[in-house]
Amino acid sequence: MKTKYNVDENGFYGQFGGAFIPEMLYPNVEELKENYLKIMAEPSFQEEFNDLLQQFVGRPTPLYFAKRLSEKYNTKIYLKREDLCHTGAHKINNTIGQILVAKRLGKTRIIAETGAGQHGVATATVCALMGLECIVYMGEVDIKRQAPNVARMKMLGAEVRAATSGSKTLKDATNEAIRDWINNPIDTFYIIGSVVGPHPYPDMVARFQSVISKEIKSQLLTQEGKENPDYVIACVGGGSNAAGAFYEFLDEESVKLIAVEAAGHGVDSGESAATSVLGKIGIIHGSKTLLMQTEDGQITEPYSISAGLDYPGVGPLHAHLHDTKRAEFIAITDAEAMQSGLEVSKTEGIIPAIETAHAFSVLDKKQFHPNDIVVINLSGRGDKDLNTYIDYFNLSDK
Amino acid sequence: MNRINQKLQEDKKLLSIYFTAGFPKINDTVSIIQELEKNGVDMIEIGLPFSDPLADGPTIQESSTIAIENGMTTSLLFEQLKDIRESVQIPLIIMGYFNPMMQFGMEKFCQKCAEVGIDGLIIPDLPLFVYETEYKAIFEKYNLKNIFLISPQTSVERIQQIDAISDSFIYMVSSAAVTGSQSGFGSEQMDYFKRIADLNLKNPQIVGFGIKDEETFQQATQYQKGAIIGSAFINFLKENSISEIFKFVNKIK
Repeated sequence: MKTKYNVDENGFYGQFGGAFIPEMLYPNVEELKENYLKIMAEPSFQEEFNDLLQQFVGRPTPLYFAKRLSEKYNTKIYLKREDLCHTGAHKINNTIGQILVAKRLGKTRIIAETGAGQHGVATATVCALMGLECIVYMGEVDIKRQAPNVARMKMLGAEVRAATSGSKTLKDATNEAIRDWINNPIDTFYIIGSVVGPHPYPDMVARFQSVISKEIKSQLLTQEGKENPDYVIACVGGGSNAAGAFYEFLDEESVKLIAVEAAGHGVDSGESAATSVLGKIGIIHGSKTLLMQTEDGQITEPYSISAGLDYPGVGPLHAHLHDTKRAEFIAITDAEAMQSGLEVSKTEGIIPAIETAHAFSVLDKKQFHPNDIVVINLSGRGDKDLNTYIDYFNLSDK
Repeated sequence: MNRINQKLQEDKKLLSIYFTAGFPKINDTVSIIQELEKNGVDMIEIGLPFSDPLADGPTIQESSTIAIENGMTTSLLFEQLKDIRESVQIPLIIMGYFNPMMQFGMEKFCQKCAEVGIDGLIIPDLPLFVYETEYKAIFEKYNLKNIFLISPQTSVERIQQIDAISDSFIYMVSSAAVTGSQSGFGSEQMDYFKRIADLNLKNPQIVGFGIKDEETFQQATQYQKGAIIGSAFINFLKENSISEIFKFVNKIK
């Protein structure tokens, strides 16, 4: 029975989760809650979803044995190549799933939030694919920082709306998307980009991303003769790639799960996004979870060099995995992650997203046994981060 | 009897005003309340500012941000309100989001409310189910009314559920919208107002969101017991001093 770490009938993971939403959103969220499992179980849905994952996204993604890294760290390291998904990251697994749900609910207008722009691009992509109107909310500050992704969304036909309230970043873009949904309750579907938000979003997104761990299982069986690795390592902002990589192993207690958070300039520096260390239980975006906040309950702005990890909360599933110690949480600084990004590039010929680079830094933090099978979820490619890499390592020097 | 319930028995349409505590200036709370009562406002919603007010539009988001920057906190609000009942008689309600209350401690929050003379709470993101299972007993212990919202999309079944658990009034959101995003009511809203009135609920309804002047107040109270003005009053406070509040109130009533 897969129940111990999964969501209960009220939408809670242990003490975390639920749907702490204004009444105006209740009908929308209730409609989704009543229907998502039914829709996802329909054979026609399964067929369309799997077909798109295969033909459009390019799944299954390889489980690549990283020979040189394995030699260096004297253990068996496999990389789950989500960076090879269309649009360059795991995000699209979820947007494909959600847009198919939206269509089956008869919705014609899609909204989404985005921080660095990866989820925005993945949403704009599936909207273009389905011919649906797409509005992406993005913090005004992020729009300036992530110009190429803004351009990509526009090319894909999406309207990018600036969130100008609060700190003008991801959390405010999420607020604006939620407000849009309150204002447009009938025709609009909100595609959330991570395992956050009110129930059933964390569960729905985790299920769509679970394709990652399903594939890991069958690929390991072929490549190693056993389904279960000893470790699965993934970075966590909101936590969708980690949720997907952990999902099928949640109840396999022999598989050790490592969630990697962004320590920014250091957990105690005041500029960090390590929610499991710095956060306290509270409510963010309709979910009861760990979040970074002042003593007075005002949500604070996190910091990380990687835009995809600077969310002040963490999905309720991850809060529960932390609380029950099912997953080990490790915080990695900007400097450590940047070095790992460079190392993976030079050692394996893969430039990882800076988010993903955090997961690789665990190799320097933990001692693995030579026979251990260590799977790192390579959640995204680093093209979007080239400017950050260039600035950080002075790569443009003549 | 709770002051809200007493007020609801009066044979008149009620005008309730919302403001954000700590806006425009940190120490304006008490004088705004006194001025509103002096000018015949029937009920006041004191907004406890939150960094991420999901159900509110840009006006209240901004006033909340400024109030927090000014240094408003939950403890400071209670400190400011500690002698409020020496000068103010009308019902006072705190409207705020759940997280700051949760961090303060819900029982302690309710106890402080009772101490200073708060009559009820509006917590838009506290779900009915959680209230019922975890907090109802605490509210009752401190004689605080919890006021629930309904919107045009709320099903009749759920409205009846909310009516059953409520014991003062129901906050009727005028349309599918966040606060401050309306320009007048059309026939769709009037139909909705009538439809709800025809349900003959045990709790009277007070309409909020989109009321900003005499016309919208009249429309909102044609079928309902009263109306709440928020964003329009916040906008007024941006341009006018507290001593001019009478101008705002007189234009409505």
